[in-house]
Amino acid sequence: MSADIAAPRSQRLDPKYVRARKSRGSFEMVAWLFMRLSGVALVVLIFGHLFANLMVGDGITAIDFGFVAGKWADPVWMFWDLAMLWLAMLHGTNGVRTIINDYAEKPATRVWLKGILYVATVVIVLLGTMVIFTFDPCIAGNTIAACK
Amino acid sequence: MSKASSGTLYRGREGMWSWVGHRITGVVIFLFLLVHVLDTSLVRVSPGAYDAVMATYKNPLMALGETALVAAIVFHAFNGLRLILVDFWKQGTKYHRQMLWGVLALWVVTMVAFSIRHLSIAFGGH
Ligand code: HEM
Ligand code: HEM
Repeated sequence: MSADIAAPRSQRLDPKYVRARKSRGSFEMVAWLFMRLSGVALVVLIFGHLFANLMVGDGITAIDFGFVAGKWADPVWMFWDLAMLWLAMLHGTNGVRTIINDYAEKPATRVWLKGILYVATVVIVLLGTMVIFTFDPCIAGNTIAACK
Repeated sequence: MSKASSGTLYRGREGMWSWVGHRITGVVIFLFLLVHVLDTSLVRVSPGAYDAVMATYKNPLMALGETALVAAIVFHAFNGLRLILVDFWKQGTKYHRQMLWGVLALWVVTMVAFSIRHLSIAFGGH
């Protein structure tokens, strides 16, 4: 007498018992890797930004509209600031998302906090990008000779 | 999800404090960045508007605030690099504590150098 007993866990699980939903898992993996790669890049970008703006020349006392015009006349600094804006905002947003997940326990609170976070991120990233690309050294109100 | 707010799960020593420090500095830098992009965007309004706001950053009292901000960034950056080494370097988990002392030492050296330069410019003695 023999009975055919199927091996357990052989592809026959009802999907509702499968714990690891694949898409979610790979998103968190990408986010984890992004935090590390962007972190390395941000050390260079932010330290360079602080050095150029605070340590050389007259430091903070030299920063005004003309200083910004001088930097953004150089495409290297435009790209530098653009990369810093996007990487720092995405890194910071993802970090704050983790913190919300850790501390906000009610689902409704989480949804609200993350909604506010994402709206703020989109607004700031778009505004900052627009400012870099549409910067005009001879904007109305600038009276220096080069703009006559 | 962890319930960090109840606090009782944590028995950590240096590891826990460096984690708390990394979290707080991360949030502080993020909040600064939101405001910083807004103040920089004044270059699209008028030179006068931008210069007026930047003038407030040149106040010696603000220089102390800037130094505190840079202290937060330098800690987050060096400790972040330590976390990356713990994850990717084979010996990382073995030396994580020694690396934390390394982070603190580098942080002190960087901040002493930065403060001397920045504060002497801001307080007008340069
Ligand atoms: C300067 C270079 C930086 C490095 C090397 C760095 C590195 C890191 C690393 C490795 C993590 C841990 C991620 C994880 O646990 O999965 C992290 C978390 C975080 N970072 Fe950064 N970061 C840098 C800059 C920034 C900036 C500019 C901001 C803000 C705009 C920021 C905000 C955060 C936040 C909010 C977290 C989450 C903290 C937590 O979950 O406890 N970081 N960072
Ligand atoms: C007290 C310290 C700081 C000062 C005085 C300062 C000053 C400036 C100035 C003058 C600009 C105009 C463009 C340029 O110079 O490149 C600028 C832009 C920018 N800064 Fe900073 N900065 C400081 C800290 C930081 C930090 C810590 C971050 C990153 C977390 C940062 C991120 C940016 C970004 C992303 C832009 C471009 C903004 C845009 O797209 O409109 N800055 N900053």
